Amino acid sequence: MATDYKALKNGGFMRQKQKDRFSLRLKVVGGQLTAEQLRTVTEAAETYGQGYVHLTSRQGLEIPFVKLADVENIRQVLAKGGVETGVCGPRVRTVTACQGSDICPSGCIETMTLARTLSDRYYGRQLPHKFKFGITGCQNNCLKAEENDMGIKGGLIIHWLAEPCTFCGVCAKACREKAIVVTEDKVEVDRAKCNHCGRCVKSCPTEAWQGQPGYLLSFGGLFGNKIERGLELTPITGDLNAVLKVSDATLDFFSTYGRAGERFRFSIERTGWETLAQTVKEAAANA
Amino acid sequence: MPNKTLPPPDSTVDITEVVCPVTFVKVKVALDDLEPGQILSVRLNDGEPVENVPRSLKDEGHRVLKLSANGDGTYNLLVEKGQE
Repeated sequence: MATDYKALKNGGFMRQKQKDRFSLRLKVVGGQLTAEQLRTVTEAAETYGQGYVHLTSRQGLEIPFVKLADVENIRQVLAKGGVETGVCGPRVRTVTACQGSDICPSGCIETMTLARTLSDRYYGRQLPHKFKFGITGCQNNCLKAEENDMGIKGGLIIHWLAEPCTFCGVCAKACREKAIVVTEDKVEVDRAKCNHCGRCVKSCPTEAWQGQPGYLLSFGGLFGNKIERGLELTPITGDLNAVLKVSDATLDFFSTYGRAGERFRFSIERTGWETLAQTVKEAAANA
Repeated sequence: MPNKTLPPPDSTVDITEVVCPVTFVKVKVALDDLEPGQILSVRLNDGEPVENVPRSLKDEGHRVLKLSANGDGTYNLLVEKGQE
């Protein structure tokens, strides 16, 4: 029987240059694995690979030099230790994420919960081409939101309270967008300049700046053969449900309008940015 | 509420001649010599120090009282030492 390389690739088996050797991709969500999972990976790499792993550019893990004949065995060993194989090909790929506000002092949103939610909802879903989600907790953009087909960046929707404010002036200097002006008895914010970085909230000594976690979404990013930056089509939203409705609508849009082998960016450009913008806005409004 | 009458500082430190992370280290050392509730005046440069030092002090549990421009590209930051 001829080897079905395509089916193997769906299951995360990447054909190597070396005959009958595959680099086995593992499922990782938001760049996190438990110590137990790592022990399982160690065992699998020692038994079925060459005793090492490769860290991919998108927080993935691969075990190179797995033999075709060992495919089922290694899958079983991994499954017993709570490790699933990954996916390649035209489908939703690894959801990447930074550690977010649970861990990082700069984080504005809980990235890991969102990464798991998106991964549970979409991982491996078949589409016209690969589709990458990336989540970054703040404007520092460690996880490079705009290079993903759909990027999610955390921000804060800010609100100033007069009562606790001492007009110390720290926020005006902390703001890199120069959106805040503080005088003896007044604080003014230029909403058009605010990029939701939340540095005013994080630096305020008296909690006069309050911030609600919000999501900034970008669409159509690419960072391979072609390089394009994902574009924002909607204002920041504090509604997580709206984010999920938008991601549902985005994948449906790609399924409907994308051609086989065409990256999302080019489906958008062919169909028209306005069509996607309309779809996304309606999805957010109906959340 | 505007905080117009601020107490005089108990100590001062100048971090305009050093760069991150020594800026923050110098401030921490100066604060070590004070008691909780006492006030330190920090002279610091525009840019990265004035953007980040106040926030770092807040994260360490101290209370920033006032930031004022000296008119020569430097700033003065008044900070009250927090509880140990």
